[in-house]
Amino acid sequence: MKVLVPVKRVVDANVKVRVKADGSGVELANVKMAMNPFCEIAVEEAIRLKEKGIAEEIVAISVGSAQAGETIRTALAMGADRGILVKTDAPVIEPLAVAKILKGIVEAEQPGLVILGKQAIDDDASQTGQMLSALIGWPQATFASKIEIAEGKATITREIDGGLQTLRLSLPAIVTTDLRLNEPRYASLPNIMKAKKKPIDEKTPEEFGVDLTPRLEIVTTAEPPQRQAGMRVDTVAELVDKLKNEAGVL
Amino acid sequence: MALERETLDQLLETVRRFVGEQLIPNEDRICQEDAIPPEIVSQMRQLGLFGYSIPEEYGGIGLNMSEEVQLVFELSQASPACRSLVGTNNGIGSQGIILDGSKAQMEKYLPRLASGEIIGSFALTEPDFGSDAASIRTTAHREGEHYVINGTKRYITNAPEAGLFTLMARTGPKDSGADGISCFLVEAPTPGLKLGPPDKKMGMSGSHTCDVIFEDCRVPASQLLGGQEGQGFRTAMKVLDRGRLSIAAACVGVAERLIRDSLTFAAERKQFGRPIADFQLVQAMLADSRTEAYAARAMVTDAAARYDSGETVATLAACCKLFASEMVGRVADRAVQIHGGAGYVADYPVERFYRDVRLFRLYEGTSQIQQLIIARNMIRDHAG
Ligand SMILES: Cc1cc2nc3c(=O)[nH]c(=O)nc-3n(C[C@H](O)[C@H](O)[C@H](O)COP(=O)(O)OP(=O)(O)OC[C@H]3O[C@@H](n4cnc5c(N)ncnc54)[C@H](O)[C@@H]3O)c2cc1C
Repeated sequence: MKVLVPVKRVVDANVKVRVKADGSGVELANVKMAMNPFCEIAVEEAIRLKEKGIAEEIVAISVGSAQAGETIRTALAMGADRGILVKTDAPVIEPLAVAKILKGIVEAEQPGLVILGKQAIDDDASQTGQMLSALIGWPQATFASKIEIAEGKATITREIDGGLQTLRLSLPAIVTTDLRLNEPRYASLPNIMKAKKKPIDEKTPEEFGVDLTPRLEIVTTAEPPQRQAGMRVDTVAELVDKLKNEAGVL
Repeated sequence: MALERETLDQLLETVRRFVGEQLIPNEDRICQEDAIPPEIVSQMRQLGLFGYSIPEEYGGIGLNMSEEVQLVFELSQASPACRSLVGTNNGIGSQGIILDGSKAQMEKYLPRLASGEIIGSFALTEPDFGSDAASIRTTAHREGEHYVINGTKRYITNAPEAGLFTLMARTGPKDSGADGISCFLVEAPTPGLKLGPPDKKMGMSGSHTCDVIFEDCRVPASQLLGGQEGQGFRTAMKVLDRGRLSIAAACVGVAERLIRDSLTFAAERKQFGRPIADFQLVQAMLADSRTEAYAARAMVTDAAARYDSGETVATLAACCKLFASEMVGRVADRAVQIHGGAGYVADYPVERFYRDVRLFRLYEGTSQIQQLIIARNMIRDHAG
């Protein structure tokens, strides 16, 4: 079985993001970038499927600038077999556009499974996997915390409000990963060097007939309000009093 | 062969991440337990950290010197005991074999050192001969197809864990000096090879040294490095020349960590109603540390590039080791000063680092020995 893993290049999770002075977005110049953590989990899961003998080939895909190739390279160093970079200098690429491009790749590659992160930590949209599922008409299981594959079916445990839900899907299918699915490995130094020799195909959005023009307009971007310092109370009675008379929530 | 920039960046980024996510959070534990947790050791193996300087054809990563020092800058941002664990396999515990070993010896040991399956140790120093290493007394007598080794080695890093010793012993007569010393590859355990109790050290908890005692220890003649007697001292000196650049790089990494910790502390700690970083006398300490660490980084980077281009760097490597080890001592001292009383208690890493870095001025040649090497080479070159 072939597994496709789309991976997104985002601002590193440890970077403190700053809003641009004109409010048009966040500052990206000279900011450290890395693979979206949920995508890392997706790559790790694909590698585990390969180690179990379930997946035969893992293809990492990214849509973005030439630097997105580095993110693919990271996936290759972790253990993916080859990459596809859909290269564009478009400053904004919305989930629908990515899903349409992925649809084209899925049609060409005919994978048994597509594993994506449940969302990217930059815009937190949580849409690409779902849109891809709708576009190609495959079953989907989002927010997976456990993936089991046997006899052409995937059994997926999902994290939902208040508990866990288990779904059984026929393959081919789309799965998106939650945080607790696995703990991604570090790419080993020898594998980083070997990844250099793995192939990355370059494509363009035009080859898939996809128009990247944004359909949404960003009106403004703002910092979250500063958190006020909290206070300590000595007794439950005092707490109740404050909730009632100061906060007005009781 | 040099790596492409992108590959090297990815390699360094991976090490940086591993240091930040796995090593630094475990530093206190490593110190308290005087051991690196087994799961961290196994991650270090999986990452390939035991073989970054070992050639690719023997299972390592084969970094050149410029790349190696950059990796060590990163790795040494955490407790130096962590670098020390992989330091011997990449340095003094494998370089003798790489530089002067036979093909069979390289094939036998380098892949196992590169994977971290065995730990390599380097045994030169003796109770009576440290700086005066050419006078060592441990002997190796040929008896048929074996050498019989007798003597004691002292303060040997990673000896308690070692599976292989690069051992310097005298095959020539007692007064044969440097030319009478040969180098042997001694596997452990071996009958006649005993370990003393671990040394109680000032710092470097998690990294272990002890005496290594040879009593009629028989090793096959095939374990003579490169099959040649009388080359051991030269091998040892070549190994140490290269090792000095790596130690100097470690000093830079530790200094940068200490500067970061000092800056964070100075920005947060308030006295007289202001962060202490506002006070110019504190700023002077930060600025001096930053300047010296940068100077050392530039020296190491330059000397490593020259090494890669084939230049002889014995003098420069000694300059780097001398300056960087003294520098990190001053930086650690200022780091304690900036932390005030907090720098003297074990709640902050600087207290531990202050004790750890004291070692850098002592091993692989004391500062005085570096001065002697530098001046001796200067005078020799002047004489032409
Ligand atoms: C933690 C630790 C780990 C070590 N690991 C190893 C290891 O893995 N393998 C190994 O072989 N050794 C190792 N050593 C030994 C280390 O290399 C020696 O301690 C060092 O070379 C100094 O030798 P010494 O201790 O005998 O001091 P000495 O040589 O006795 O020196 C004492 C003092 O005299 C000074 N001095 C000596 N000769 C001169 C001179 N001619 N001119 C001016 N000053 C001089 C020295 O600079 C020093 O200040 C380790 C030591 C320590 C503490």
